[in-house]
Amino acid sequence: MKKILSGNEAFARGAYEAGIQVVTGYPGTPSSEIIATIGKEYGEDIYCEWSTNEKVAMDAAAGSAYSGRRTMVTTKQVGMNVLSDSLLYAVYTGAEAGLVVVTADDPGLFSSQNEQDNRWYSRLAKIPTLEPQDSQEAKDFVVKGIEISEKFDTPVLIRSVMRVSHSKSIVETGERPEVPKEVGKFPRDISKYNCTAMYAKKMHAKVEQRILDIQEWANTSDLNKIEWNQKDIGIITSGVVYTYVKEIFPQASILKLGMINPIPDKLIKDFASKVDTLVVIEELDPILEEQIKSLGLEVHGKDVFSPCYELLPDRMKKSAVEGGLLKDDGKAVEQNELVAALPTRSPVFCPGCPHRSSFYVMNQLKVPVAGDIGCYNLGSMPPFNAQHTMGAMGASIGVLHGMSLAKIPENRVCTIGDSTFFHSGMPPLVNMVHNGSRGVVVIMDNSTTAMTGHQDHPGMEWQVTKERPARKIEIEPLVRAMGVKKVKTVNAFNVKEVKRGFEECLEFDGPSVLITKGECIFVSRKPKPAFTVNPDKCIACHTCFRVGCPAVVLSDEKYEKNGRLKSSIDPTLCNGCSVCSQVCPVGAIEPPEAGKESLAE
Amino acid sequence: MKDVNILVVGVGGQGTVLAGDILAEVGMLAGFDSKKSDILGLAIRGGSVVSHIRWGDKVNAPMSMRGKVDYLLAFEPLEALRQLEYLNEKSTVVYNEYKIPPVTVSSGLADYPEEALIQKALNEAVEKVYRFNATEKALGIGAVKTVNVILIGALSALLDVDVAVWEEAVKKFVPAKYSDLNLKALHTGRDLMEAMK
Repeated sequence: MKKILSGNEAFARGAYEAGIQVVTGYPGTPSSEIIATIGKEYGEDIYCEWSTNEKVAMDAAAGSAYSGRRTMVTTKQVGMNVLSDSLLYAVYTGAEAGLVVVTADDPGLFSSQNEQDNRWYSRLAKIPTLEPQDSQEAKDFVVKGIEISEKFDTPVLIRSVMRVSHSKSIVETGERPEVPKEVGKFPRDISKYNCTAMYAKKMHAKVEQRILDIQEWANTSDLNKIEWNQKDIGIITSGVVYTYVKEIFPQASILKLGMINPIPDKLIKDFASKVDTLVVIEELDPILEEQIKSLGLEVHGKDVFSPCYELLPDRMKKSAVEGGLLKDDGKAVEQNELVAALPTRSPVFCPGCPHRSSFYVMNQLKVPVAGDIGCYNLGSMPPFNAQHTMGAMGASIGVLHGMSLAKIPENRVCTIGDSTFFHSGMPPLVNMVHNGSRGVVVIMDNSTTAMTGHQDHPGMEWQVTKERPARKIEIEPLVRAMGVKKVKTVNAFNVKEVKRGFEECLEFDGPSVLITKGECIFVSRKPKPAFTVNPDKCIACHTCFRVGCPAVVLSDEKYEKNGRLKSSIDPTLCNGCSVCSQVCPVGAIEPPEAGKESLAE
Repeated sequence: MKDVNILVVGVGGQGTVLAGDILAEVGMLAGFDSKKSDILGLAIRGGSVVSHIRWGDKVNAPMSMRGKVDYLLAFEPLEALRQLEYLNEKSTVVYNEYKIPPVTVSSGLADYPEEALIQKALNEAVEKVYRFNATEKALGIGAVKTVNVILIGALSALLDVDVAVWEEAVKKFVPAKYSDLNLKALHTGRDLMEAMK
């Protein structure tokens, strides 16, 4: 059957068609829709969960595959850093059933703190790696990945990128194979599954031989394909970049690698010997290029194409012309100057967002803020400018502790979301308590993992889909049990209460936790009717713009005393949270009349 | 057939991604190879959102190159203007006149371009520009959320695909309880364009 699927929907379908029974992962753009789709479409055949973090997900996956269930793990590229600790032992052990790890990289940094190329993990872990070009291959490569995993007794890595995960293309679907309902007892095979040094030594030698065996197999595998055309230029490429190469070099011969680790050395040498100029085109790092050069071949790569950002067709063409690989057809369209000067439109806190009040207050208090990863990092943008660092999941609490160690001359704060707190915020908080640190840890509890698309976390009553109940873990008693003496929970939609909470916690001489509680608007999905600005009262002071709400806009009407435009509220955007009305000094922002309905729904 | 390259742009929260999904589905149902690429990023709400859709006998890259877009469907005037470099003298632009100023404007860091400038720049760049207030129309039929399907309806009147295919694709992507409302939105947009073109 033909369906049009996103890459992530196709990975999910692949799990179904590969007979996978367990899938774990932590949400992260651009990987999150894989587990979301499995929960929605294949939940009867496949158990899936959002684990507390990627390492936990990988360990659970290893345990499941050791027990004989075909298993998959999903992560975004930086999640791989968390996951890798456990991937590296799983590569040594292998498993009883197929084990596939899908990493979705983010060339172009659409939603990530760095642009790391996870193909390095293929080399570090010595793990066979497949890279699909579109949704059809995304699905097929999961099936293929399980086959390779079981054939060679190794986990298999599948490397996606945003343009595969978030693009849609047509897929021919297949059926799910028969998989056993029950598994036997757990294997007591200590020399295989216990990586103590004396066994791990032997495992290492096995891993080295295994990757050579897979390389030999890859030389003739149909995963790697040559398309012969004119032979003046021969291009080696993989993944979605292959589809760009087809646009820009329609006449070239192409070796498309479906398996990017290990590289098929003999096939590459053979291809190189039959073309005049060999070029490798890969996004980000010169990972294929360096290996191809180590085969003794002359090849163009990063001397022509940048290691930064996506190599989209426009950019690939420009580089190829400048590098002398293509003739200039004079048809390239340059970036437009008028467009470059337009006001940018960055993401902002949604109307009705519970984070708004905290950043408004932190901006007023002028405290240094160590930030973390989640929607709340938008607090680093104008008008708040109130999240001064951000680097990795869970990092904010450790950075706050470091400020304390450095004895900076001011009191300090860090922000962390509820899901991020469960992900990796607990060890650094325990560290602060144990080592006698001082600073306010603000846990912004919006009852969801918002930024990645509203997944569950351990502080919620369901898992993956709302129909599946789960045990909820309360944050306040948890942090008290960790030994935090000063804990305060406030209503995030009450600006005064939030401000008092900050002031109280800042006074405390020790580590304190301020929990700002307020549901993400996507949790209730029920917008309240809009507030309105009374133009007779508005004095155009623009204080309301300091809450950075897209629903609060300039009106056409001038306030004569200062010549500035008065405010107004877009009723199709306003969610009626009232935060702007709480900060208005003259009471000009008025609540909706009784019985009025929201236009934002 | 010649490839058809479509660009759908707007502000996060306006339903552009769903509009792109409908267009990609229509391409497949009409018998073409069909691909789509979204920039979702962290733009849950309020950021610029761009979806490329391409139909053809065989589509390679899931996004169009600059100067190659045939149809630009824009949910907001500033976002329409932002895509100028993707257009050519034969392109068609359909855009919603309802403005959503970015927060940079209310923060006093930038000015929203004058309506006249937007119209002039688009009119000079391409062959056909159609504009109407789709947000007002959506409120008129009872829900601002239908703005995306109204705009899809308007575009449908310019493309040679049977109306039943559009209806089928819309029904697939909207919740069943809103099916009738969205079909009404589709035809509202389609009728508007029939009257304009």
